[in-house]
Order: sequence, then structure tokens, then C-alpha cells
Amino acid sequence: MKNNRRLKWLAGPYAVWAAGFIIIPLLMIVYYAFTSQDNGGFTLANFSSVFNGSTMKALGLSILLAVVSTLICLILAYPLAMILSEMSMSSTSFIVLIFILPMWMNFLLRTFAWQTLLEKNGVINTLLSLINLPPLDIINTPSAIILGMVYNFLPFMVLPIYNVLIKIDKDVINAARDLGANAVQTFVHVTLPLTVPGIISGITMVLIPSLTTFVISDLLGGGKILLIGNMIEQQFKQLNNWNVGSAMSMVLLIFVVITMVIEGKYDKDGEGTAF
Amino acid sequence: MKDKLIDLVNISKSYDGVTILDEMNLYIRENEFLTLLGPSGCGKTTTLRIMGGFENPDHGRVFFNGNDITDLPPNKRQLNTVFQKYALFPHMSIAENIAFGLKIKGKTQAYINDKIKYALKLVNLDGYENRYPGILSGGQQQRIAIARAIVNEPKVLLLDEPLGALDLKLRQSMQYELMRLKEELGITFVYVTHDQEEALTMSDTIVVMNQGYIQQIGTPESIYNEPQNAFVADFIGDSNIIDAIMIRDKQVKILGVPFDCVDVGFGSNKPVDVVIRPEDVELVKPKNGQITGRVTSLIFKGVHYEMDVEANGYSWLVHSTRAAQVGAEVGLYVEPENIQIMKKPESEDEEATAVEE
Repeated sequence: MKNNRRLKWLAGPYAVWAAGFIIIPLLMIVYYAFTSQDNGGFTLANFSSVFNGSTMKALGLSILLAVVSTLICLILAYPLAMILSEMSMSSTSFIVLIFILPMWMNFLLRTFAWQTLLEKNGVINTLLSLINLPPLDIINTPSAIILGMVYNFLPFMVLPIYNVLIKIDKDVINAARDLGANAVQTFVHVTLPLTVPGIISGITMVLIPSLTTFVISDLLGGGKILLIGNMIEQQFKQLNNWNVGSAMSMVLLIFVVITMVIEGKYDKDGEGTAF
Repeated sequence: MKDKLIDLVNISKSYDGVTILDEMNLYIRENEFLTLLGPSGCGKTTTLRIMGGFENPDHGRVFFNGNDITDLPPNKRQLNTVFQKYALFPHMSIAENIAFGLKIKGKTQAYINDKIKYALKLVNLDGYENRYPGILSGGQQQRIAIARAIVNEPKVLLLDEPLGALDLKLRQSMQYELMRLKEELGITFVYVTHDQEEALTMSDTIVVMNQGYIQQIGTPESIYNEPQNAFVADFIGDSNIIDAIMIRDKQVKILGVPFDCVDVGFGSNKPVDVVIRPEDVELVKPKNGQITGRVTSLIFKGVHYEMDVEANGYSWLVHSTRAAQVGAEVGLYVEPENIQIMKKPESEDEEATAVEE
């Protein structure tokens, strides 16, 4: 007990950090969200301007794009994670390295690269015209944003699923086969249910950054497609209206918290922390 | 032959260039309790997994009831496996675990419920339907794994060291339970273990394996009393394994002293190994012994005393209900039928049978 009490002090530096850079800023957002820009008095006007057409449209689009890119990530990641989990250790680390390598490059840089690739006269269209194919016109469309999200967040889906898959006892799979299940039945009744915690963590780790991003939509949407992240950025940086921006942030935060709570119900093993 | 339920023909298997099984031939009769016995890495589990369909042999064929099943996936085989680590489905209740195979086969719910009840009764776990595997003890999980396998009414139950993870007491009671189950179900058991006592207790037939080769096949009695080589003798129970010379039929020179024995056909003046079980060495007065020696250690083992007797340059292991004090001079006497003669390994393949020191 005495030791425990002494060790508690080791958490001190982090407690200071958390108070200074997490709790106080959050409280400030709450404060700004409920006060008027003009006189600093209490008001709900900021929220009523959040619930107007354009912000809600941006939030809706954000949710749509985030859900679509999360689904695409899941569809791409699950088979990949399965293949990785079947491979021998040495080849796995090689593939994982190739896969993770882009992650070591700056996120902005990677997104800029996609911008260059997708541009009207960019690399991809130049190559397409060389072989007489019609140009790809997806830059500044939601598709380009989804592409950017999937590209950037895919590893966050693969790794938690892979982590769960390699922990499944091979003989549990063998047992299902032994009891008469074919490969598909084994997957549906055994493998898939056992990987739910990994899927949930993966969804959390892709959905939330997709929901809140403004850089990807900025660079690949050409500033024409506004997501909720872009709306918030606009309020703070261009319109200099911290109060409405804070109210928007709170609404977004509540969405994120709701998602986390729902997912937390399924993620009992805390696989999300394995990453 | 109709008798052969499972027939393994010329099975070979290697991993990364290491040979696990080499040209192995083995058949299993209907309603037999056959045990594959050997040290770890001898190929016994691989043999079982080839029968179950979890491994494919590099070459050789597997026959079941006369049909070639070598290329059939596990789900198409009429046998079920009980895995070493139980391999229960952690996300399913006990009832769902047991029902798994039956649901896949499309049985009616009423039939499945009956089967669950019957199987849980059989393994003495009535009322456990709604629990989850995670909260059961090792012994309980093992019994559920057995229940899950037998509800499918397999022709053969494959058991891969099913008692390996249990403590001694539980292991012993599970041994009796398995024998009872075998009796009640009337199906063939193929059992893998490295525990010679377990093998001797339960089996009709024991297959002793080492380094991918079958060393001896026989009843527990014949394996114990008439080991065919030094490996089997050493692996099954305690034994004195001594270099000797076969003088002629029915006479062998052990440590320079001629002994009468009952074996014939080893030629004359041929080097052989002899095996004498420690309980077959009788302690007698020095003048009555075939050989005399001095006791160097004495340990009380409960049922008997265990002594080392230094005689003619070999330390004899002796089990006796009578103790001789350390330092005492004693005579040793062995009945002719208790001397088991074994051929010395000749070829390189047979060398694999040599006892590892």
C-alpha cells in the first residue's frame, strides 16, 4: 500500500499535462460555446447557428464519407489481415514493413502526393492519356476524399484485426472443421465472431479520424467540399468566431463520444489499446 | 482386410527438411483403444493430425473403411478429434459448443437438445448448458471437448494428449472415465500420449514411436514384458539394460556370468542387449546368487524399496519389498523367463531407436 501511494506521484507530470492541455482547453470550448461573441454573456445562439442548413449538411456529409471509407477499409483490411495471420513470422514482418512504411512519412506529404497524382494534368491522367484512356476526373470530389481517407487510415484497420486473428488458437479453427463445418461455415460461425473486438477497434480508429479530418478534405476536395472539420476550421481561422466554432466542436465531440460508447460495449477486451 | 478401420500406408511427412514420419505403416482395428506413445517430437501427434485431416502426408495414403480419404478435408471425415488444449469455442455457451457439429449437419432442435442432455450426463456435467468455457476448470473443459466430439457419433475418436494439462489426481480419474466412455460408446479410440503409465492403463494396443519410426506394436503386457529394443525397454518403465553376449540358444553371458534364458534364434556368440525389469531381480544370500554385489543406495518408494546394487561393474536397479542396507553384500538372482533378449541395432535407421542419454 505504502509503495502504491508513493508510485502514484509518478503520474504527477502527466496529471499536470492532462490538466493543462486536455481538461482546461475542453472547459474553454464549453465556455466559448455557451457565451456570446458580442457581450460574453450566456447564450444558446451559437448552437442554433450550428443547427442551420450548411453546418448540418457538412456534418451529414462527414458522417457519410467517414462511414463509407470505414467500410472500404474494413473490406480491404480483413482479407489482408487474414492472409498476414496465415503467413510465417519472417514473411509477415516483411509485408507489415512494406505496409507500414508509408506511415513513417508525413501525413500531409502523403496527402499532397495524392493531390499531385489525381490532378487534372497530374501523373495518373498523363499516364492514362499516354495509353489513350479517358482522364480520371475525381480530384475535388467526395471520391477523392474517400480515397485519401482510406489510404491514410487503412493500417489502423488492419493491425487490430491482425492482432486478434493471430491470437486465435489454430485448433479452435481445426475443431470447427473437425465437427463438420466447411471453410465458409467456419469463418461465419467461428473466425468472424472471434474477431469482432478487432473489427470494433479498427472501426473506431478509422471512423473517428475520418469524421474529424479537415486536411484531407481541404487538399483533395479543393476547398469546395466542406466537411464538419472544415466548417470548424473556418469559424476559428477565417471568421474568427471562436464561439460558434466551439459549439460545432462540441456537437462533433458528442458524436464521437456516442460512437465510442456504442463501440466500447463490444470491445470488452480493449483491443483498441493493443495498437 | 475388413478388420482395418483406419489404414495408414507408407506415410511420410517432413517439415522444413526435418523428417517427422518416414514410410510409416499402421492400421487400427474397429473398436480398438490404440495408443500412440513416445517422447515429444516422435511423430505421434503428426500421425494423429494426418488421420484427422489437419496435415497432409508428403506421400503415402490414408484409408478409412477401405476408402482412400487422404485428400478429404476434416469436415468430410467420419472421425472427431479432442484437442490437446480443448479448443472449445470461447464465444459460445457449453450447449452451443456441443450443438455445433449437429447444427452444421442440420439436425432438428429437439434432437440436438436430447443429445446435449445425453452428452453432458455422459461426462458428468449435467446442468452446465448455459455456462461459458472460460469459467470452467481444465478437467471440465476437457470433458466438454469430449462431449462435443461424441455427440456426432464418430466411428473413431482421436485424442491428442487430452489429459496433458491436468494434474495427477484428475488425470487418473479421467483415465477411468475415458475407459468407461469407450466401453459405453463402443467406438474406436486413437489416443496420443507421452505418459507410459497412461498408455499401459487404458490401451488395448500400444504403438511405441521414436523419431518418426514405430518401435513396437503390441498389447500393454507384451510391450512391458517383451520390449523389442533398448528404446522401448527404457521408455516403458524402469529397466536394467545391459550389454551381453548370446552364447547359444537359451544361454546368455551377462557381465561375464552365464545366465539361463528362454530366448532362441539370436545365433551364437552374438552381442545383444538384455533387459531385466528391476522387480524381476531377486535379492538372495550371496552364495545363492548368480552374481554378487554391494548395495550402494536405498530409497523407500511406498510399495517397494528401490536399491542400486553394484555388481560386476554395472549398477543394477532393484525393486524389492525387502530392504538391504547400504554396504551389504547381496546375491542377485534372475529367473530365466525374466531375461528379455534384444537384437542390437544394425542399420542406420535402426540406430534411431537408440536410447538418448
